[in-house]
Amino acid sequence: MKYAILVYQPQEAFDRRDSASIAAGKAYGEALQAAGVLVGGAGLESPKSATTVTLRDGKRHVQDGPYAETKEYLAGFGIIDVPDLDAALEWAARHPAAAHSSIEVRPLLGSHFLTAAGAAQ
Amino acid sequence: MSKAAAHAAIEAVARHSYGRLIAYLASRTRDIVGAEDALSDAFAAALERWPVDGIPDKPEAWLLHVARNRIIDAVRRQQVREKSEKALLALAEEAQNMAAEQERFPDERLKLLFVCAHPAIDPASRTPLMLQTVLGIDAARIASAFLVSPSAMGQRLVRAKAKIRDAGIPFRVPDPAEWDERVSYVLDAIYSAYTTGWESLTDVGSTHQALAAEAISLGRTLVELMPAEPEAHGLLALMLHCEARREARFTASGEFVPLDQQDTSLWSRSMIAEAESHLRQAAALKRIGRYQLEAAIQSIHAARADTGRIDWAEILVLYEGLVRIAPRIGSLVGRAVAMAQAVDPASGMSALEEIAVSQVATYQPYWAARAHLLQLLHRNEEAREAFARAASLTDDPALRNYLFKRSAECQ
Repeated sequence: MKYAILVYQPQEAFDRRDSASIAAGKAYGEALQAAGVLVGGAGLESPKSATTVTLRDGKRHVQDGPYAETKEYLAGFGIIDVPDLDAALEWAARHPAAAHSSIEVRPLLGSHFLTAAGAAQ
Repeated sequence: MSKAAAHAAIEAVARHSYGRLIAYLASRTRDIVGAEDALSDAFAAALERWPVDGIPDKPEAWLLHVARNRIIDAVRRQQVREKSEKALLALAEEAQNMAAEQERFPDERLKLLFVCAHPAIDPASRTPLMLQTVLGIDAARIASAFLVSPSAMGQRLVRAKAKIRDAGIPFRVPDPAEWDERVSYVLDAIYSAYTTGWESLTDVGSTHQALAAEAISLGRTLVELMPAEPEAHGLLALMLHCEARREARFTASGEFVPLDQQDTSLWSRSMIAEAESHLRQAAALKRIGRYQLEAAIQSIHAARADTGRIDWAEILVLYEGLVRIAPRIGSLVGRAVAMAQAVDPASGMSALEEIAVSQVATYQPYWAARAHLLQLLHRNEEAREAFARAASLTDDPALRNYLFKRSAECQ
């Protein structure tokens, strides 16, 4: 089953990013790859660099900033392919940001059609 | 074959095997809703066929055979990928083999219990989910026990089942590394069913009382499924000790009777004996835990039936252990009361005052315990207020009357 691992962090965490935290993120990605579960993923630049687009009544609106002003912003994402939620949660807990940020784990749409196959193994 | 005999046979299968049938089907598809729908179709088919064809040799295998066909039809209609179809064909083959061979179908209820109490499931949904899937209790009855509307409970159950399917929560028995934690969620969910059934007991024969019985039945199932887990025995022992006192908790006119004043001749000797037997089995497994300690405390209270006294010093030792492994408010309050009895009221009071007031603002047992200790210390005015505060925090009319009576006595 494919899951998105979504990392949420407060603005301060983006401002505090250093080479060590970037190296830790890279090592995590390599571990996912080595385990053969990585589909794809990336870290994201600060929400200060975000631009939001909406289309209303056929008219395009472009706005500076992220979609919503919240306490925490999406800081990175990974897509993994693992047998079930328990395996996905285990990988999420290993994310270097898990100790101080929230990691949301969500199945990709339609992904659960595979579960019956998994269950029969 | 008379229609009545066929119906009786169907009811018997539903009563004895519902949880096992759901667990078996859902563990292979991870889809509880699909399993429930398929099984209810199978029961409908049995109502139609069994009066005509007679009751099959293996009724459960017959029902599973029909149910898995329904699941396969449903999945084909959804036109899912070939991969999942293969798995369903494997399920079909398995069901066919079971129908042909002697072996009973595997019991997957333990996996189902772990799914219902999975940490990814909302804690408020875990107990209702267990009651519905493992025991087959309908949503309306569960709703009335939990004091929510049937539609709200229905929605809560639907949401939880969709989460299990869509999030891919696996039907498996947890690894040793996570065993204790995962078991504790299952135990907590069962105990929550018991305490929900315990709190309001004044109306005899109510849904609440039935719920306590269902919780004990879940506790027995759990012991059967994990006989080597001491905490499963501990939980069952705890529930049985409490249940043994049901008749003694209220007078004939419905007045509340506190534990240390209950007429022990009204306690159920057979339930106490069963509780003690489980506590001994737990002790033999040599791994102490929260539920064993709580059951042991109740066991000391139960000993009053034979000795006529309560060994508060021993209760204090057990509470000390309980506070160390599970520092819940309830244990801290219990420890303070035991200290007041075993040492002196002032020590009990200072133990009680170590608990932050912000944590107990609405916790009735704290205010009742505080009032009791204040009374022992002859601080009558404060005791009167504390009893009144405790009284205003319970929804049990008999307990409220009792606490107001104690309050009035503090003059």
